[in-house]
Amino acid sequence: MMQKVLVYDGSFEGFLSAVFKVYEEKIEHVDIQRETSVQPSFFGNTEEIISNKKHADRVWNGLKKKLTSYGRNQLYYAFLSEMNSVENVLLDYIRQVFASSDTIEKDFSNLTVLKVSKITRSVGREKHRMEAFVRFKLTKDGLYFSNVEPDFNVLPLIAKHFKSRYADQKWVIYDIKRNYGLHYNLDTVETIVMDFPKEFDFTKTSGDFFAEEELAFQELWQNYFKSTNIESRKNMLLHVRHVPKRYWRYLSEKQP
Amino acid sequence: MSFERIKEKLNILADAAKYDVSCSSSGSNRTNKNKGLGDATGMGICHTYTEDGRCVSLLKILLTNHCIFDCAYCVTRKSNDIKRAAFKVQEVVDLTINFYRRNYIEGLFLSSGIFKNADYTMERLVSVAKKLRLEENFNGYIHLKSIPGASDELMREAGLYADRLSVNIEIPTREGLKRLAPDKNREDFIKPMKKVKNEIIQYKAEKKIIKSTPKYAPAGQSTQMIIGASGENDYQIMTASNFFYKKFNLKRVYYSGYVPISYDSRLPQIGSEVPMLRENRLYQTDWLMRFYGFHVHEIVNETHQHLDLDIDPKLSWALRNIHEFPVDVNRADNGMLARVPGLGMTSVYKILHARKFRQLNWEHLKRLGVALNRAKYFIICNSNDFERRDLEPEKIKGFILQNSKSKFRQATSNQLNLFG
Repeated sequence: MMQKVLVYDGSFEGFLSAVFKVYEEKIEHVDIQRETSVQPSFFGNTEEIISNKKHADRVWNGLKKKLTSYGRNQLYYAFLSEMNSVENVLLDYIRQVFASSDTIEKDFSNLTVLKVSKITRSVGREKHRMEAFVRFKLTKDGLYFSNVEPDFNVLPLIAKHFKSRYADQKWVIYDIKRNYGLHYNLDTVETIVMDFPKEFDFTKTSGDFFAEEELAFQELWQNYFKSTNIESRKNMLLHVRHVPKRYWRYLSEKQP
Repeated sequence: MSFERIKEKLNILADAAKYDVSCSSSGSNRTNKNKGLGDATGMGICHTYTEDGRCVSLLKILLTNHCIFDCAYCVTRKSNDIKRAAFKVQEVVDLTINFYRRNYIEGLFLSSGIFKNADYTMERLVSVAKKLRLEENFNGYIHLKSIPGASDELMREAGLYADRLSVNIEIPTREGLKRLAPDKNREDFIKPMKKVKNEIIQYKAEKKIIKSTPKYAPAGQSTQMIIGASGENDYQIMTASNFFYKKFNLKRVYYSGYVPISYDSRLPQIGSEVPMLRENRLYQTDWLMRFYGFHVHEIVNETHQHLDLDIDPKLSWALRNIHEFPVDVNRADNGMLARVPGLGMTSVYKILHARKFRQLNWEHLKRLGVALNRAKYFIICNSNDFERRDLEPEKIKGFILQNSKSKFRQATSNQLNLFG
């Protein structure tokens, strides 16, 4: 049997366009891959999918009839995990959704549903952690800047949270792993790509870029962090479970 | 502001406030308005954790650690020879706003030693909250500590600006309190609690008629008890707790394992172990009461006055009530499922949904994330095997202890060697 490889641009719209293609051409054996992580295949034939809003909407609207917002969220969250081959898990999920007359989204004894719900939970956890661990630093231009490096692509999931919380200050949350960020301009949140100076160190608070009082507040926060600890209850195992080490480098309270 | 001076005050007044274990910043409903700063809806967020593993979600400080009282268990007590400091109202406001803007915190938890008298102190706490709300348009979370003995008028005002109010009853029994805090009496705690409860009831009634009624303590009130300072048992503690939940509609009761801080003959000596495991068991019991439908007397009572330290309270209850089992996971209602050791509310939820599609067996349950090492002795499912095979409770307990390694056990291994 011939396996077809569909390569899409990495966007959710692109993914849904690929799903559209699968249905339109009744492709049975298919492997959907992001263009950034394409595995060369000797036996399959590869086709590039161009994102198509109309096609994507068709699939999404179809899903709306079979899934509640809970189920659609599961799908979207899992997609943002960018996990290897998650597209094929989701295609499987979508196929089962369309094939079933019931809503299968909460059939936790179904392996695919369970798998999607597990991935979703990991993404949800990372989203929550970003809401917690973003540390804004005030720049000389009066902008609150933060850089993050999440395992999953959670920026689209946290935009609303930060917008409603920091409505009166300009801010940027920048994903340096994926090289894009969110910028709130006191009105709307927009996606941006920034060029950083060569000497820019994301772990430091250089006086060249940041406001004069910025370091002072970081120091106050560090001090607060220290003095609120109860030495006789110290439990680093517990601490690290809550604050995984991979986040430490950008946490002001964890700076030396 | 002078950073050096603020830093010193912050060190002193955060250090003094750290024994207050409340850290919750959820349960309010204050949305951002007029493009202001902050939002206190939905879940609270722990922005970091101390090295002892406790959540940091609020800037938790005392306004001052000057105090006219001399409660034996308290670091801030009058007779203790420590550095004293006091924040100015504006300093607390600036710290809160600047920490909040950097996403360090969800808001402010403000408590205080008592200078001069209760009302004088309470008035200052209220003015911090008032300034934050009215001048800074701050919509983050504010938790104010009520000062025992504060007047009804001030308690009313406090609730208009704070999301949550609390007054610590500190010692679970009247006798213990008399011994350790001779300056305080139980009525001084009860009075502001009662006032807040009545205000909340009134607010809810008015809200139904007049939509614009200003919010009153939307996240309710809570309290805290110190555990292991005054010799009371778990039965006394949970009975007191139950009383406060029922009588004053409290949102939370916190349990704070006593950290020895003074050479007072009435108290455990400095260097004695903090009763962390016991504290944890009390929290588990509290959860069983609030979310799992247990009545306090099912867990602790005249004949069972101490919580087991080696097993959790739900397992302990199940072993004492083995006649209630086994439970059929494919049929039982959620109330009974919630009583099965190893089934948390998440598992119960998943089971209830999943069993609509097919009869669940051991494999399904395992994949759902059920803690089968405990649950298997108490349930039957779509399978011929039933793990319990009429074992005696003691036997079951033995098997479970052999095969389990609780998270808590690892984390506190030095404490648990006793039971190893």
